Amino acid sequence: MTVTPLGIPRRLLEFTIDGEPVRAPEGSTVLDACRAAGKDVPTLCEGDTLRPKNACRVCVVEVEGSRTLVPACSRRAEPGMEVRTDSERARHSRKIVLELLASSVDLSTTPQVAEWIKAYEAKPDRFGPDAARLDEEPKVDNALYVRDYDKCILCYKCVDACGDQWQNTFAISVSGRGFDARIAVEHDAPLTDSACVYCGNCVEVCPTGALSFRSEFDMRAAGTWDESAQTETTTVCAYCGVGCSLTLHVQDNEIVKVTSPHDNPVTHGNLCIKGRFGYQHVQNRD
Amino acid sequence: MRKRDRTPKTYTRLTHPLLRDSRNEPFRQASWEEALDRAARGLERNRGAFGMFSCARATNEMNYVAQKFARVVMGTNNVDSCNRTCHAPSVAGLSAAFGSGGGTSSYEEIEHTDVIVMWGSNARFAHPIFFQHVLRGIRNGARMYAVDPRRTSTAEWAESWLGLNVGTDIPMAHAIGREIIHAGLANEAFIERATTGFEEYKALVEPWTLSLAEKVTGVPARAIRELAHAYARAERAQLCWTLGITEHHNGTDNVRALINLSLLTGQVGRYGAGLQPLRGQNNVQGGGDMGAIPNRLPGFQDILDPDSRLKFESAWDTVIQPHYGLNLTEMFEAMEEGSLRAVYCIGENPAQSEADSEQAVRRMKQLDFLVVQDIFLTRTAELADVILPATAGWAETDGTTTNSERRVQRVRRAVTPPGEAREDIDIICELAARLGHDWKYADAETVWNELRSVSPDHYGMTYERLEEHQGIQWPCPSTDELEPTYLHGRLWEKDPAGRGMPAPFGIVQHDPPVDLTDEEYPIRLTTGRRLDSYNTGVQSGGYASPLRRGEYIELCPEDAERYGVVVGEEVQVSSRRGSVVAPVWVDTALRPGLAFMTMHFPDEVDTNQLTIEANCPIAGTAEFKASAIRIEKLPVATIVR
Amino acid sequence: MDLHFGDSKPTDDERAAVDALLGPPESSWEGADRSDADLRWARGGREARERRDLLLPGLHAINDRVGWISEGALDHLCRRLTVPPAEAYGVATFYAMFSVKPRPATVLHVCTDLACAAAGASGLCARIEARLGPGSGASVERSPCLGLCERAPAALAIKAGEPVRTAVSAPATVEAAVLAASAPDSAPEEPPAAMAVPQAGQDGLVLLRRVGVADPESLDDYRAHGGYTALRRAFALGPAGVIREVTDSGLVGRGGAAFPTGRKWQATASQPDHPHYLVCNADESEPGTFKDRVLMEGDPYALVEAMTIAGYATGAHQGYLYLRGEYPRALRRLEHAITQARARGFLGDDVLGQGYAFDIEIRRGAGAYICGEETALFNSIEGHRGEPRSKPPFPVEKGLFGKPTVENNVETLVNVLPILTMGAQAYAAIGTGRSTGPKLFCVSGSVDRPGIYELPFGATLGELLDMAGVRDRLRGVLLGGAAGGFVRPDERDIPLTFEGTREAGTTLGSGVVMAFDDTVPLPRLLLRIAEFFRDESCGQCVPCRVGTVRQEEALHRIVERTGAAAADDIALLREVGRAMRDASICGLGQTAWNAVESAIDRLGAYE
Repeated sequence: MTVTPLGIPRRLLEFTIDGEPVRAPEGSTVLDACRAAGKDVPTLCEGDTLRPKNACRVCVVEVEGSRTLVPACSRRAEPGMEVRTDSERARHSRKIVLELLASSVDLSTTPQVAEWIKAYEAKPDRFGPDAARLDEEPKVDNALYVRDYDKCILCYKCVDACGDQWQNTFAISVSGRGFDARIAVEHDAPLTDSACVYCGNCVEVCPTGALSFRSEFDMRAAGTWDESAQTETTTVCAYCGVGCSLTLHVQDNEIVKVTSPHDNPVTHGNLCIKGRFGYQHVQNRD
Repeated sequence: MRKRDRTPKTYTRLTHPLLRDSRNEPFRQASWEEALDRAARGLERNRGAFGMFSCARATNEMNYVAQKFARVVMGTNNVDSCNRTCHAPSVAGLSAAFGSGGGTSSYEEIEHTDVIVMWGSNARFAHPIFFQHVLRGIRNGARMYAVDPRRTSTAEWAESWLGLNVGTDIPMAHAIGREIIHAGLANEAFIERATTGFEEYKALVEPWTLSLAEKVTGVPARAIRELAHAYARAERAQLCWTLGITEHHNGTDNVRALINLSLLTGQVGRYGAGLQPLRGQNNVQGGGDMGAIPNRLPGFQDILDPDSRLKFESAWDTVIQPHYGLNLTEMFEAMEEGSLRAVYCIGENPAQSEADSEQAVRRMKQLDFLVVQDIFLTRTAELADVILPATAGWAETDGTTTNSERRVQRVRRAVTPPGEAREDIDIICELAARLGHDWKYADAETVWNELRSVSPDHYGMTYERLEEHQGIQWPCPSTDELEPTYLHGRLWEKDPAGRGMPAPFGIVQHDPPVDLTDEEYPIRLTTGRRLDSYNTGVQSGGYASPLRRGEYIELCPEDAERYGVVVGEEVQVSSRRGSVVAPVWVDTALRPGLAFMTMHFPDEVDTNQLTIEANCPIAGTAEFKASAIRIEKLPVATIVR
Repeated sequence: MDLHFGDSKPTDDERAAVDALLGPPESSWEGADRSDADLRWARGGREARERRDLLLPGLHAINDRVGWISEGALDHLCRRLTVPPAEAYGVATFYAMFSVKPRPATVLHVCTDLACAAAGASGLCARIEARLGPGSGASVERSPCLGLCERAPAALAIKAGEPVRTAVSAPATVEAAVLAASAPDSAPEEPPAAMAVPQAGQDGLVLLRRVGVADPESLDDYRAHGGYTALRRAFALGPAGVIREVTDSGLVGRGGAAFPTGRKWQATASQPDHPHYLVCNADESEPGTFKDRVLMEGDPYALVEAMTIAGYATGAHQGYLYLRGEYPRALRRLEHAITQARARGFLGDDVLGQGYAFDIEIRRGAGAYICGEETALFNSIEGHRGEPRSKPPFPVEKGLFGKPTVENNVETLVNVLPILTMGAQAYAAIGTGRSTGPKLFCVSGSVDRPGIYELPFGATLGELLDMAGVRDRLRGVLLGGAAGGFVRPDERDIPLTFEGTREAGTTLGSGVVMAFDDTVPLPRLLLRIAEFFRDESCGQCVPCRVGTVRQEEALHRIVERTGAAAADDIALLREVGRAMRDASICGLGQTAWNAVESAIDRLGAYE
């Protein structure tokens, strides 16, 4: 008997992307279909382990008949839909979104964003030297990770990972409103006074480097962080018997960061404090 | 939260073999040649009085080779590991009921169940990622019940928390069973088809009325009744337990009492319905599966079964002793008697992990020869004659480990080990060669393939497939297919032939903790884990956790007031076996007469000086969960320090 | 849930405020003293987690009692409701009326929004601040529109205590505002709601016919003036019959989106998922809008009756009335009306003995314009931050608590009464073919008789302005509020219908008609509108969160510029505005640029 769960058979929907017919299983998002069709739609707040939040709006596409643009990450595909991923209208909004973000947030450690800014001819400087920025200093209040909210695009992914989607610790939330909204623990206290259990699952999903492991933060500050010199090896955690897969990021024979594969059936990309940070003992070498 | 100044002990890696010519001398650095020769000689001269402590932290491959070393090179079944100190009762109990010692369900199933019972398990702290699956289940609508003396973080998620007296799990379980029977909620069809001994069980639990159970457990009858009905009426239910069940002098009986409930209601052998003992070490499941236990050969094959023995004897070209070996507990007793003279201890730290640790150290000192293979100079290593520096299984070697849901997963070498440290398998093979057995293993995969050839449950798991599926659960007899995620579906077969051995109800009696509380020792001390620390702290002490505050004796606010002590104040904590000084912490999750400590900081506060070595006669696990203690204020001068 | 709490403890006052709302705690795990029983058995789980929707009322209870929300108070509330403190903090800091920092017990909200700004609010506010300095026991906060535009400039004093006291000063003078703040109990009574209705008492009014005529505090007087005949008729028609009447009447939503009400009701009623909810959106916050306030203050039972009918038609047994936090008198009137209706069997388990159960719970907003967006409003009621959800799914399918929900504006609901009493055909005969029935207009600004006007759809802008006595030197008229658009003084012939305004390239919105003469510099007004949207953006999506800031910055730069000097920034405004319209999650961001764009294009604001 083979019991690889097959689930309820899903219907296939037919619609078009950029004029080409595509088929996608019912329940797929427009983004799923675009990726399957090889369309390059930029995303920032979308996370492969999280429900779509569609807050960043960089993935907007044009859908025939829709008054406004549509976020590809969260909109479910419908039969007969006519999706245009690269129309002038969609490109314009993406360009402005990139300009708005880049003019207010430090995107220096956000992967791919520089390419997109170039591709969409975005000019973040156009808002002038006085354009309001987040102006946040890195919060270094514990030994394990750093919160640099000057790099925060408010994608909600850390809040969702800490909250009911995975960790259920609820140490952080969005506080305040509008441009003044920030990710914070209650009463904006240091992390050490909060509910935080240092699982680092927020760091795992952060798309901009606003949240980073202390090891990475310090090495970046020292100019020694070099991803091209790092290897990634997936192994199994050495602590309890749950058996979480760990991906060890190693530079110069030192473990510098630990992540977990997002498609792993045990972890779904999540770890606890021991799995995420409890590696130091193997490299206490003298 | 107030933190006290601590200079926690951190361990640095062993980089060279160490040895000493007599126990009075300090260790000196040695070459591998010298150290291995010395070790081989020490073992050789104690043939017939040898015991192997294998490592529940190392790979399956290492455990396979280690047990083979014991059985083939040393000709003994005296091989065991620290699973004895935690989950051996689960293995014993599940084997007795179902013929197999693994948990019956998978993590994913708990996300799709209706009722979850967490019994003696603070998984939120001890198994955080498993608890994420529980939380998924709760978010999907499952109702969770927690049975635990403390209102733990896990219990705070429960619909209902039942705060029973330590060591009254059997009365609670029997009362639940009786209530299920009396309410007409027993699954008669399942009982009839798939179990034996129901009538005896029914008679056994009959005295355990809800009101008697309330008297014995301290939990209101209504709460017990509600749990009984919820569990029995659920279309699917999961029963999970951890060391709160097993670390008792009658741990196996506790496990049987819980299994009885699943048999009574048919909550086993179906998707989403089952039993999950949560394992405490990364490879405690695999260590046993690989035969690093005294009564089973690799693949959980019984040593007493002549066919199994024959298979291994021809595969290994050896003769296997046709009787069970000594388990860890018995090996320690044999040290005392002098019938066990040499130990090869790989990656374990019994000097700090055993209950009544002082006694354990004394016994190990009586050995003629102790070789310790580890990555750190642990307290156990300090007692050795030869210390062999090994690699860290999870980051410096290739191989596999097996998790609590029987999933075999690949571990891979990511960093180069320090100094001259060598892989466990290499070292064992070097010793085997010196003792006349020239084993050739090109790599871990070669070991694994040998294991596959002798263990049908693992046969289908090639390294390639393990990679492809991100781990495979046993049993996996075929290289083409995967089995269901749950065990014992056979019990539901219509055809009696396909059903196999029916599952017997366990006829087990309540037996309160050995270490009774009285006027002199009025407080019940129980032990457990914290979120950020692990076992004796040798590994977890290596990183800086913002949550860590060191060892405390945790009391409820009422007791703190009664003894006139405040948070941070050091007090004398004494049991009938020993005494330690520990600072006080106040935790509202406790109640009067109940205190809590961990074993994470033995270098600060050696909690196991207090615990009792009252062992489960079946599984050999000690009663870490129930000691009787008293606390005393220290004289003023001592407090100031 | 394993929540983490700090060491702060609530004061006796804070504890009493929370416990007055929630009742005494049931166990020590919820904040009571420890008992032996608690240490043996604890309940929790689903039931405990399902009280999250009491978070906002709990925050109000604390804020009303002590004027701000301390750490200890927030922790206590969280313990009572099993809500993580970080989330509660996120919710508390979302609303403008709450403070998580200590402040004086009295807060004087001085409106500095459009109508009040035109009436000199900024100078007034500065003078009030000079009088109510530190130590005065009151703090002054600049407020977005308080919905008192007919009496601009306006101020609202809220004094925390048991009970909380409020006083409105409008039109406000320094003296009157200071009196309201320092002694709200001795401040003069507000004029009756009818004063905001210049037509009050006139024949032929439909929606406003009882305002100023029937006693708003008397259920009997309401009934004596035709009250509850519509509900009788509804029971006679049955739910399907009611929906048919509403559909045939051509009624469309009056909140601004103009969606056909009958279709919405039908879609909700036919959902297989249960329960169904009815939500009345009384979070009237669009600058320049005050019609719902006048209806609720002047004829509260009409709304209660209309909600009962809507609930009956759509299969809902629970109605929520989400009322703007800055409407203390409407709150009192509706609380009274609901209590009376309950006492007399017009609400409750067996409404009018017809076997239909329906009740209404009032939920107060706390100062967030965005909560007027229907899905943000659901999140607000549920105890989350008032952030809009993405649609689909639409509320008729997954609304409040994820259940099928019909949400209607106050004015929309009140229209149901005449539809049922006069019949759909007669109702549809009022107005034009595509905009049926009577419509309320909120006229303010440069007019002699500001207030709420009821006209059949189809009257022209000029006719309405003349009724209100528009003054000379008109510079422009803002239709539809801050999210609406400006028209020129010479566009008097625009018919005030949905289709007429659409054809004229503008919007009717919520019925705001705000006249500005040339004494108010237009760029200043536009800047104020941009500030409003910057302040009120929830911050969820990038186009709105950052776009509103960039727009405000640009408008600030050109506030004194014209022509070529403003051209670059206007181009910038257009580009950003287009992305906000196209890519924002909700209507706030999508419409935030409308008014400014219309002022540039239609009024030549920077020429």
